[in-house]
Amino acid sequence: MSESTWSPSSIETDRRAFRRSRTVRSAAVSAVSTVVVLGVLGWLITHSAGWPRVQETFFSWDKAVESFPAVLKGLWLNIRLMVVCGLSILVLGLTLAIMRTLRGPIFFPLRLLATVYVDLFRGLPLLLLLLLLGLGVPALRLPNVPTELVFWGAVAIILSYSAYVAEVFRAGIESVHPSQRAASRALGLSNGQTLRHVVLPQAVRRVAPPLMNDFVSLQKDSGLIAVLGAIDAIRAAQIETATDFNYTPYVVAGVLFLCLTIPMARLTDRVARKQGWHGAGGTL
Amino acid sequence: MTGQPALEAPLLSVRGLRKSFGDNVVLDDVDLDVQPGECVVLIGASGSGKSTLLRCINLLEQVDDGVITLAGLDITDPRVDADEVRSRTGIVFQAYNLFPHLTVLDNVTLAPRRVHKVARAEAESRALAMLERVGLAEKARARPDDLSGGQQQRVAIARAMVNSPQLLLLDEVTSALDPELVGEVLDLLGELREEGMTMILSTHEMGFARNVADTVCFLDGGRVLEQGPPAEVLGAPREPRTRQFLSRLVS
Repeated sequence: MSESTWSPSSIETDRRAFRRSRTVRSAAVSAVSTVVVLGVLGWLITHSAGWPRVQETFFSWDKAVESFPAVLKGLWLNIRLMVVCGLSILVLGLTLAIMRTLRGPIFFPLRLLATVYVDLFRGLPLLLLLLLLGLGVPALRLPNVPTELVFWGAVAIILSYSAYVAEVFRAGIESVHPSQRAASRALGLSNGQTLRHVVLPQAVRRVAPPLMNDFVSLQKDSGLIAVLGAIDAIRAAQIETATDFNYTPYVVAGVLFLCLTIPMARLTDRVARKQGWHGAGGTL
Repeated sequence: MTGQPALEAPLLSVRGLRKSFGDNVVLDDVDLDVQPGECVVLIGASGSGKSTLLRCINLLEQVDDGVITLAGLDITDPRVDADEVRSRTGIVFQAYNLFPHLTVLDNVTLAPRRVHKVARAEAESRALAMLERVGLAEKARARPDDLSGGQQQRVAIARAMVNSPQLLLLDEVTSALDPELVGEVLDLLGELREEGMTMILSTHEMGFARNVADTVCFLDGGRVLEQGPPAEVLGAPREPRTRQFLSRLVS
């Protein structure tokens, strides 16, 4: 209405100028302090007595180029494991969480099962699970059971991670206020529909950041199946270092992992924002 | 305009206040004076800007233009410490906004202990006295979720009052309550008014407005269309829009 006639008063323009100057000042302070800290750190490291040696051992460009194809090939195994395990973990973890949050005596066996499962597989070291399943099960020589190491390695990872993820989901489900359930039941939605349309969408949105944690961690732990003899990025890097004790291939593997996880983290943030999922991720 | 001669400097003075959300102008050139001990009641349809006005006074919203002065200090100036200003005003929300993870007592002692650095024992005795005042001392150890709406709202009032604010803001504090509970909250506000608390409250309870208000302001489309003593604004409104609004309420 008066949008066209209104123009800020001198007091308001003064306030805006002050806020602007404050913003500029904070930006300048943070920029300068960042540059100074990074500069000092960089100078300290590159001017240390052992730097030339460290640079050669960890950051050798020639060694990086040389080992890159092998590490990349190993990474392909990590990626496949991550996708297959990631999806299975989500489904299994969510199922377990729902089982654990079911109310009523009739569901007692399901609750018990889920609780025992989580207690057991969260408590066992992943390494033990990998060895038991990867080396133990094929040794049983059961008919019609796969014997590939990678298959059993993936099963071990899924068993262990789904127990963690189940607890993350459960935390999300229980954080939804009871009034939401009541409102949904009051509309005539069944228990299952309430879970599906009201509780889970809110629960999943709240636990998106910790879920992301678990998946970044999964990316790295997927390399543990190297103990069964499969060659993933880290194992490939290890093989590359074995010839000359130059550790650059590990750095190459690390950089490749970062190239996977950082875009994934930013993507989750963006999806969360797009859906109007407030609080579901940081803004960076 | 206020119908009362302004004998002393106003505790709160709002001049040319403007606030918009995007293209939606919620407050448009609002002027308001509140004397110490005065009770100002804001009436008007939903969306007329009552809540936004209260939120601006408590610095929960950044104003687009205009000046708000509290006890002589321009609180809209970005150089003032907003937390310090807020610690001198109390606000009570329509939906109570109690902290569900804290007991009633801890809800009331949170600000005295953390903001005003009052020792725990002292804060608790003050809080208990305040809870006694609102008739809920026996609920001190309960959680907000275990209380009725009226009880929760009285705890919220105790939480706002325990810091002895200069100014109490109440945003449709009875809208979520049934008539019986409305009574208990309004009685409490009436008593605070008698004790000389300076209050600005928005409400749809016209009977209450008539009883406690020194000044009634009718807001419409982000403007103060009419203000004056309740007998004038509610009894013999000058503006047709005010008459229309009031007639809808009565019928």
